[in-house]
Amino acid sequence: MSRIHVSTTINGDDVDYLCEAGDTLLDVLRDQLDLTGSKEGCASGDCGACTVRLDGRLVCACLVLGAEAEGRSVETIEGMAEGEELHPLQRNFINKAALQCGICTPGILVAAKDLLERNPDPTEEEVRYWLAGNLCRCTGYDKIIRTVLETAAEMRGAA
Amino acid sequence: MKFETPQTVEQAVALLAADSGARVLAGGTDLLVRLRAGHIAPSAIVDIKHIDGMGEITQQADGGWRIGAGVPCAAMGEHAGLVADYPGVVEGAELIGSTQVQGRCTMVGNLCNAGPAGDSVPALVAAGAMVRVAGPNGTRDVPVLHIPTAPGKTSLAKGEFVTSVYLPPRGARGGDAYLRFIPRTEMDIAVVGCAVNVILEEDGTVACAGVALGAVAPTVLLVAEAAEALIGTKCDDAALAACAAAATAAATPIDDKRGTVAFRKDVSGVLARRAAKLAYVRAKGD
Ligand SMILES: Cc1cc2nc3c(=O)[nH]c(=O)nc-3n(C[C@H](O)[C@H](O)[C@H](O)COP(=O)(O)OP(=O)(O)OC[C@H]3O[C@@H](n4cnc5c(N)ncnc54)[C@H](O)[C@@H]3O)c2cc1C
Ligand code: FES
Ligand code: FES
Repeated sequence: MSRIHVSTTINGDDVDYLCEAGDTLLDVLRDQLDLTGSKEGCASGDCGACTVRLDGRLVCACLVLGAEAEGRSVETIEGMAEGEELHPLQRNFINKAALQCGICTPGILVAAKDLLERNPDPTEEEVRYWLAGNLCRCTGYDKIIRTVLETAAEMRGAA
Repeated sequence: MKFETPQTVEQAVALLAADSGARVLAGGTDLLVRLRAGHIAPSAIVDIKHIDGMGEITQQADGGWRIGAGVPCAAMGEHAGLVADYPGVVEGAELIGSTQVQGRCTMVGNLCNAGPAGDSVPALVAAGAMVRVAGPNGTRDVPVLHIPTAPGKTSLAKGEFVTSVYLPPRGARGGDAYLRFIPRTEMDIAVVGCAVNVILEEDGTVACAGVALGAVAPTVLLVAEAAEALIGTKCDDAALAACAAAATAAATPIDDKRGTVAFRKDVSGVLARRAAKLAYVRAKGD
């Protein structure tokens, strides 16, 4: 069967690829485009390790077809740093050790960045609800939530 | 498997009518899970989101709302006018899954998936919402209540799909609410869900009401006796108790690991009472 030709934008760059109808966006990112920052934890929408932004909305890349990205804009963890300059969330996750194995981290960073762009001053409860679809088996969440809140405060201070 | 992106309703109907193995794709949060798990093997996936109007929420000339079948639930919560008129419908829709699931899932997908516990369905039923169905013989408007027929089954005929949901005009004194019971606070399937919609007379008496239960029968239940218990009252304690008793009596749940029959029947009454009270307070606007 002929493969589907897709033209899309990923982290601001025009990208073309060929995929099967059943390939997910996550398959395409990881297996074809070497964008392996997005992780596959469950492939069923439960864990959030594959979180990306599609036309400005957070989605699970494992629940989007590669073919659906035609003409749309995809933002992944690979687009979060500006060159060598880490995003404050990335820098603080490292400095404050808000990660252990790191499998959940790209998805959490993408989701947390989206939250802070929508709401620069979220409450702890808002952060916890926003990230309820991002599972972490290692940290117990506390450092993650605190680091997001502290980064939000730091970014408000800098603005 | 083919991937189709029809640009018009007619093209989508033609694709679905010509191929009984084709499946409609909205947000994909049910469909892609089942596809990846190997539970379904469609011959084609028909993505309806490119059709005009699918992504839109619009207030109609009569004051009612039309919500396109491709609107992600997150967009409903961002729509101030819809939230003001139908907070209960929006809270049901926003209970589905996580932030990431919200970015994709639709109410129509929730409805057509026909799971007994679909969170967005009871509030639609309580509000008397209709869906517009397009098919080989044109379009028809169908009460939401009549779409699911059994777990995983709908009344849609071959070649048909839902293009939008319609919510009736809110009027001056109406309100609704949806509450669900789950063992956690997020990301779980309803053990019981209950929605109540009320419209009041000028003096605060309930003129009309709808009470719907989810997860306690093969399909969503519209409980007329529970609504009748509220009509003609000001949702005083006696009316709320009668409404709760009617909801408990109407529930026909199953025993499973998330709840026993007795527990689910009891919770049906508790949620009916609380949702009725909340809907009433919202309708009064205080
Ligand atoms: C992690 C996770 C958590 C979830 N949590 C919840 C929850 O808390 N509560 C809940 O109720 N659900 C939950 N769900 C299930 C799912 O997200 C919802 O049922 C959702 O509303 C489905 O909408 P969709 O647009 O993604 O549907 P899709 O997956 O696109 O479609 C679902 C079904 O409906 C059919 N369909 C879709 N649109 C149409 C149409 N316009 N006309 C005819 N048929 C159509 C499809 O062919 C398919 O069979 C969860 C799912 C995941 C992955
Ligand atoms: S891999 Fe997508 S949510 Fe787990
Ligand atoms: S750091 Fe290991 S899963 Fe979160």
